[in-house]
Amino acid sequence: MGSNHTHHHVHDHTEPPSDPTLRVKALESLLIEKGLVDAATIDTIIDTYENKVGPKNGAKVVARAWTDPEFKKWLLEDATAAIASMGYMGRQGEHMKVVENTDSQHNLVVCTLCSCYPWTVLGLPPVWYKSAPYRARAVSEPQAVLAEFGTVLEDDIDISVWDSTSEVRFLVLPQRPVGTEGWSVEDLELLVSRNSMIGVELAKTPEQIESQS
Amino acid sequence: MNGAHDLGGFDGLGSINPETESEEPVFHAEWEKRAMGLMLATGFLGEWNIDMSRFARERQHPADYLTNSYYETWLVGLEKLLLENNLADAEELATGKMKTPAVDRLVKKRVSPDQVAGILLKGGSADMPTDLPQEFKPGDSVRVKLFTRRAHTRAPQYVRGHVGVIHEYYGSHVFPDESSKGNRIGTHLYNVAFKGSELWETENKTTIHLDLWQDYLEPTC
Repeated sequence: MGSNHTHHHVHDHTEPPSDPTLRVKALESLLIEKGLVDAATIDTIIDTYENKVGPKNGAKVVARAWTDPEFKKWLLEDATAAIASMGYMGRQGEHMKVVENTDSQHNLVVCTLCSCYPWTVLGLPPVWYKSAPYRARAVSEPQAVLAEFGTVLEDDIDISVWDSTSEVRFLVLPQRPVGTEGWSVEDLELLVSRNSMIGVELAKTPEQIESQS
Repeated sequence: MNGAHDLGGFDGLGSINPETESEEPVFHAEWEKRAMGLMLATGFLGEWNIDMSRFARERQHPADYLTNSYYETWLVGLEKLLLENNLADAEELATGKMKTPAVDRLVKKRVSPDQVAGILLKGGSADMPTDLPQEFKPGDSVRVKLFTRRAHTRAPQYVRGHVGVIHEYYGSHVFPDESSKGNRIGTHLYNVAFKGSELWETENKTTIHLDLWQDYLEPTC
């Protein structure tokens, strides 16, 4: 893209796309020259999502729900307010819903139409979440999708798939692993993977954590 | 629009091959960072909304949509938004050199680094009241209308014509089909649950939930 003469051609897509590095560089210098953006603003946005906002936020929400029944109740009733009370609010988290995994119910989140994802608690989505195969198959064959992540559920567990078609963003509350009685909130946070809050995996077990360290 | 972005239930795309969580970086290339930052920073100018951004990304040739990485798709969308909103012309995009300066009105809206945190923290609520009556309540059986909209919509093809049950009423939210054209109108929004067997006969233990606006829905009797 970026040229003005070929877009109406049927075979436009067969032209090799120009190098995105060069395109972005041209675009940034153009918009700076026009006075529409500031390079330091872009740096700040990048730093926010690379270093500040990420799945550690969501892990704190989950670990607190595991240890604080009042907070968990609030989280399931009004996730937006409960999560905002921990300081996580704003862009791509304006309307939050938390869906709870139980002994009979597993939850999985997808956006089949684009890449909607709860940025305030999980940061920017991983590549696979935005990929065509995940978006296509999470709704039509969720069990096969889970199996590709190494997640096999008991036969009597039902699966709910949440397709994020509005501005409501979903966060999965995974089950607290067995063998974690008495753990501190900080230690529990280490068990809460990003993938468990999307629903493609379960929270890590104490054994998995031990084998990693 | 029935484009390549509407991927729910699409077959033949192969396996997902996720990167291991602990090893995946937030960005995979320097240009991805700049593309993301540019998308947000230009969005702060307020010349388009999130539905216009989505519609710009959807209007790619399906072959391009399916082969581009997601940040390439953002880049295509951003270029389209800049062109369509007269913030740049095709020659400027191709060369990266300015021909026409931006109007003062827009330059004044340029966001400085110290404003970023506040803007992100504020976000943009989709709440939007409506005078229309709420037609459905939780437990009601509804059918997604069989409609074709050759423009932006958030009713995926895989549920159109199918019957589900209202799971939750969310209130009235900005209606994307109109918002993508610049009209900020509120419409009742529901979470609707579909049995997997209603959509794919092989999936019996699955329920698929979608958020659907009242305009998309009709009573089943």
